[in-house]
Amino acid sequence: MASRSAPAVAVLDYGAGNLRSARRALDRAGASVHVTADPERADAADALVVPGVGHFGQCVGALRAQGFEALLRDAAEQGRPVLGICVGMQILYESSDEADEPGLGLLPGRVRRLPDDVQVPHMGWNTLEIVRPDPLVDDVAGAHAYFVHSYAPDVEGPHVLATTHHGRALAAVARHGSVAGTQFHPEKSAEVGRRVLAGWLRTVTAGAFA
Amino acid sequence: MTLAARVIPCLDVDEGRVVKGVQFVDLRDAGDPVELARAYDAEGADELVFLDITASAQGRDTILDVVSATAEQVFIPLTVGGGVRTVDDARRLLRAGADKTAFNTAAVARPEVLSEAAAAFGSQCVVAAVDARRRDPADPARGWEVYTHGGRRPTGLDAIAWVKECAARGAGEILLTSMDRDGSKEGFDLALLQAATAAVRVPVIASGGAGSAEDMAAGVRRGGAAAVLAASIFHFGELRVGEVKDAMAAAGVPVRRT
Repeated sequence: MASRSAPAVAVLDYGAGNLRSARRALDRAGASVHVTADPERADAADALVVPGVGHFGQCVGALRAQGFEALLRDAAEQGRPVLGICVGMQILYESSDEADEPGLGLLPGRVRRLPDDVQVPHMGWNTLEIVRPDPLVDDVAGAHAYFVHSYAPDVEGPHVLATTHHGRALAAVARHGSVAGTQFHPEKSAEVGRRVLAGWLRTVTAGAFA
Repeated sequence: MTLAARVIPCLDVDEGRVVKGVQFVDLRDAGDPVELARAYDAEGADELVFLDITASAQGRDTILDVVSATAEQVFIPLTVGGGVRTVDDARRLLRAGADKTAFNTAAVARPEVLSEAAAAFGSQCVVAAVDARRRDPADPARGWEVYTHGGRRPTGLDAIAWVKECAARGAGEILLTSMDRDGSKEGFDLALLQAATAAVRVPVIASGGAGSAEDMAAGVRRGGAAAVLAASIFHFGELRVGEVKDAMAAAGVPVRRT
């Protein structure tokens, strides 16, 4: 049961992603969660979560078709927190090797295919290396998080908070202003995932972004 | 920074209850999938597989309740196999909270179902479960044959060729069970694993035959598996997940510690 101070988080339902797991994990981390397919209802929340699994082009197309793009652009401009998970993070970037359709461009950089000399998908638990301190990555240095993906964001740039390595270094956690993302699945990463979500919720409550 | 080898307990579920002699001392109800899932999660399992062995059509939907109740409480990936025939079957399981669905017999009957599911949900949601048996133990050159219907029906298919086809059609992972070794506790069929892991880029889960933590380590180090799966040795408490990870770490295999 959410307390009065629990931040209200809307999980965007545009037909992609494990919504049930995302909702439960956020709930466990201390949020008051609702899952909605309605941009107007989502607009009432303190913060927005963009889930996503599957194909970049299909996901970003479905997100746009559902009318969520303007909501997310406004959130980024107004400093309202956004958290993308896995492909939900990738579609916040400018573009991807996986599709011609552009991403939202709320995170700088491109999503690229993982190298050919490693197993793809990158599937399983990999370690987090913190490259910039942030509430999202408090207390998870060296810890394992659960990844499942075949494409991954660039590792360069001051918005990258944590990296991991699979054939090459890749961004595991990023935050640019109020827009953040995790390439791994916090909702499937046991206690480590809970800590990351709780850290993100602290930024929601604090309401200030460096 | 290295991807950890996964240790995966597998639970057989019949009409919503875990079967095949689970003997955890500290469980109130060893037949309750949710309670078992929590116990394995607490021991450090990296993932769980539910295999639905319900025979009756009307009992089928109970697996949805099991998945849904487990996903409410366990925050590690969950794969469900057994009786998954169509994209709609997979969709129902994913909506209930499964992260991946495993196709076995249905994929052999109609391989297109793998590509359809991959197109609908992404390859990461699609596991090809392959049951393989040596054609002739006296003549290894003849390779392995794929069996379906819970290992009862030979298909004539070469297991390695089939594994390659599954990956090419969009399966994001292969769950490869050696029927020769299943239940034997003689260790995984390393030759089968080596042949399969050399043939595909997607991760291969080793299954069938692990009797010790050393067997598990060998599946990864020598077989090339990305993950190791076992059922009864975990259920009967002969091996704990933590012990397996200790032994794997001692053998130089990277594992996740909790």
